[in-house]
Amino acid sequence: MTKRKLLIGPFNRVEGDLEIRLEVEDGHVAAAFTNSPMFRGFEAMLQGKGPMDALTLTPRICGICSISQSAAAAAALGAAAGVSPAPQGALVTALLHGIENLSDHLTHFNLFFCADFARPAYRDRTWHERAVARFTAMEGSATRECIEARAQLLHIVGLLGGKWPHTLAIQPGGVTRAPSLRDKMRILASLTAFRRYLERVMFGAPVEAFASLSSAEAVTGWDTGDVGLFMEIAADLNLGHMGDGPGRYMSFGAYPIGETRAFAAGIWDAGTLRPLETSGIREDLSHAWMLGKSAHPAKGTTIPDEDMREEAYSWCKAPRLDGQTIETGAFARQVIDAHPAALDMAQKASTVLSRVAGRLLEIARTQIMLEDWAKAIQPDAHFIDNFDAPHSGTGEGLVEAARGALGHWIDIQDGRIESYQIIAPTTWNFSPRDANGLPGPVEAALVGAPVGEQENTPLSVQHIVRSFDPCMVCTVH
Amino acid sequence: MNVLWLQSAGCGGCTMSLLCAEAPNVFDTLHGAGITFLWHPSLSVETGDEVRALLARIEALEVPLDVLCIEGSILTGPKGTGKFQMLSGTGRSILDWVRSLAPLAQNVVAVGTCATYGGVTSAGSNPAGAIGVQYDGYEPGGALPEDFRARSGLPVINVAGCPTHPDWVTETLLLLASDALEARSLDQVGRPLFYAENLVHHACPKNEFYEFKASAEKLSQLGCMMEHLGCIGTQAVGDCNIRGWNGGGSCTKAGYPCINCTAPEFEEPNHSFIETPKFAGIPVGLPSDMPKAWFMALASLSKAATPTRLAENAVADRIKIAPKIGHRKK
Repeated sequence: MTKRKLLIGPFNRVEGDLEIRLEVEDGHVAAAFTNSPMFRGFEAMLQGKGPMDALTLTPRICGICSISQSAAAAAALGAAAGVSPAPQGALVTALLHGIENLSDHLTHFNLFFCADFARPAYRDRTWHERAVARFTAMEGSATRECIEARAQLLHIVGLLGGKWPHTLAIQPGGVTRAPSLRDKMRILASLTAFRRYLERVMFGAPVEAFASLSSAEAVTGWDTGDVGLFMEIAADLNLGHMGDGPGRYMSFGAYPIGETRAFAAGIWDAGTLRPLETSGIREDLSHAWMLGKSAHPAKGTTIPDEDMREEAYSWCKAPRLDGQTIETGAFARQVIDAHPAALDMAQKASTVLSRVAGRLLEIARTQIMLEDWAKAIQPDAHFIDNFDAPHSGTGEGLVEAARGALGHWIDIQDGRIESYQIIAPTTWNFSPRDANGLPGPVEAALVGAPVGEQENTPLSVQHIVRSFDPCMVCTVH
Repeated sequence: MNVLWLQSAGCGGCTMSLLCAEAPNVFDTLHGAGITFLWHPSLSVETGDEVRALLARIEALEVPLDVLCIEGSILTGPKGTGKFQMLSGTGRSILDWVRSLAPLAQNVVAVGTCATYGGVTSAGSNPAGAIGVQYDGYEPGGALPEDFRARSGLPVINVAGCPTHPDWVTETLLLLASDALEARSLDQVGRPLFYAENLVHHACPKNEFYEFKASAEKLSQLGCMMEHLGCIGTQAVGDCNIRGWNGGGSCTKAGYPCINCTAPEFEEPNHSFIETPKFAGIPVGLPSDMPKAWFMALASLSKAATPTRLAENAVADRIKIAPKIGHRKK
C-alpha cells in the first residue's frame, strides 16, 4: 500500500480561502480535512452596534452573495420586530435576490467550474478541443459571453438597488426605491435579453424545455448549448459517480412572497421530506479554532482561539442538524421543492453531476419566475413600510443564497445588538469534523476520489470541491 | 503588463464588481491594453501547486512583477502573527506574503476600502486586527510602512470603494500600462483623482431637492437625504452619480444614503448609517469646503423659498407634482 499526504492550496475559483489536507492511499483519497484559513469576526464586530447597522455591515461579509446576506439581515430584524415587509417590497426583494442567485449560478458554471475541463490533462478526450474553445479561463468564448450577459442582467440591480454588490436597498419594511412603470418595462427588457442569452448559449433551447425535464436521464442526456457540452463531459468523466454527499438535504425556502416561498423549505432525509425545524441546529466547536461550547446559533458565541490549538484545524464551526451533517445548495433546494428530475437524481446520491445539474435546473426555473415577478410589479403600490428596530427582541432570518441555506440570528437588548450569529451555506458543506469525529459533507464526499501518481492537486478533488460552489468568505465570516 | 492579484481579508466583492465592466467587458478591456493576469484567485485556472510554483518564481525574481493588486484588508491578529489569514497551501500569512511581494512589484494597487484603509473588516472591535496595505484608517502606515515605495517610486495606489466601481480598477490598470499614472494623479490618501476629484453629490438626481433643502424624512422618499437620513454624498469622493453603476444606478438613485464608502474609517460613522447626527436640530456634518455660517444662511433662505412641487415630492416615493410648463407669450 502506498500512502502520501497532500496539502491543496491556494485553492482558487472557490470565492475566498480554502485549504484541503488529503491522506491518499493506493491512488485514492482516504481522508480529507477542510480548512477555512481566514477569520474576520463579523459576529463580534456587530456586538454593541445599533441593530440597523447589520443592514450595512452583513452584506459586506460576501461580495458574491451580498444580497443574500442583506435579505437575511432584513428578515432577522423584521422577525425581531414582528414586522413583515410591504407585499410589493417583498416582491422586489425576491426579484433582486433572484437576480443575484441567477448571476452566481452563471458565474460558477462558466468561470469557476468548467475552466478545469480546458486543462491539458484532458487533451486526449474527444470533447477537449470544444472545452478549450468555450471554457478556457478568461479567454474562452463562453467566459466572455457569460460576463457580458451577467453584467447586463445586473442592470436590474443597478436600477432597483443602485449597485451590486453591497446594495442597501433591502430593508425590513421593503425596498428603498419604488419602481415606476418605465422601470418595469426596462426590467422586462433586461430579462428578455437574458432569456435570449440562456436559450442561445446555455441551453440551446427554450428555458421551459429544460425546466420541465422530469427525469435524471433527460437531464444527463441534454445535448444542446453549453449545458449539452457539459453533460457530454460529465458522462465521459463519470461525474455522476463522484463526490457523493450525505444524502440529506436542507433548504430554508427561497423568495418569501406573502405567506409562501417560491422554492419550498424543508428537510429531505432518506427519501422522506419533512418540515424545516431549526431548533435541532448546533454549531460544534471541537475542531474549530473557537472557544466555548456547542450551541444553537440563538445562543452561540464567536470567540476565536488565538492559540490555534493543535486538535482544531479550521476557523469554520461545524453546524449539525440533530447531530447529523446535511447538504445545502441548489440541488438540495430543487429536491426539497420536489422538482421531478432532481428527485429522480436524489434516488441515488448527490454527486458532482447532480449538484451542477441542480444549478442548471434552477437557472431555467429562476428565469421564468423573475419574469413573472417583474410582470407582477404594481408601480402604484407602496414598496416599503415604516420600520423601527425594536428596543429588545430576538429574530431568526432564513433565506436561500445561491449556495444554500443562510441563517442570521439576532438578539437585541437595550437598543443594541447583544448577539449576532450567522450560519452560511458553506459553513454546513465545508464544516470540519465534530466532537463525534464525523467529517463535514465535503470531507466525506472527497473520500475515494482518484488521485493520479503524478498529481499533487488532483483534478477529481477540484471537481468535487467546486461542485459545491463553496463561498469561503461567507463560511467563517 | 502582468498583474498578480491576491485576495486578502475581504469579501471578494471588488472582483465580483470588476466582472461587471462593460463595453468592452473586463477581459477584453485588459487584454486590449496588453494586461495579463499572472494569477487571479477567482479567474485563473491554476490552483494549488501551480500557484505555489509561480509565487516561488516571483520571489526568486525569475518572473518580474509589474503590478501587485491586493483586494481585502491585511489581518495582523492573533497577537500580531497574521495567522487569522494564512495563504492556503503555503504555511505563510497574507501579511508575510504582502510584505515579501510588494517590494518586488513595479506598482502596488490596493483594491477596495478594506485593502486601502482597513474598511469594514476593521469595523467594531476589529476582532482580527485588520489594517490597510499602506494605511490604518486615516493613519499612514499599514502592512507596509508610510515610506514604502514600489519600484516605480509610487506609494500604494488606493482604489478605494466598497465595492470598487469596475471602471475605477480597469482605468487605474490602463493608466499604469500606459505609464500615465504619477504621484500627482493621487489625492492625499492615495486615491486616483480621476474618480476622487468628484463628489458623490455631483450629478445626484436629488440635487434640486438639495438646493431647496427639501428633505426626505424616510427611506424611499425622493427628497435629499442629507438632513435626516445620514447621506454624506456632499463630502464623499467618487463619480458614482456621474458614471453610474451597473447600467447607470447609484446608491442615492436607489433611494438610500451615500455612506462615504470610498473614505478611510467609513465603517465607523459613530452614528447609524441611515440617520443624520444633529446638534440643536442642525446636521453636524455639513459640506466640507463651505463656510458653515454661509451654508446655514443659504439653507434657511432656500428652505423658505422651496416650491410646493419640491416640498411635496420630497416626502413622496414617486413624483406627485410634475414641473409646470410655461406658455410662450405671443
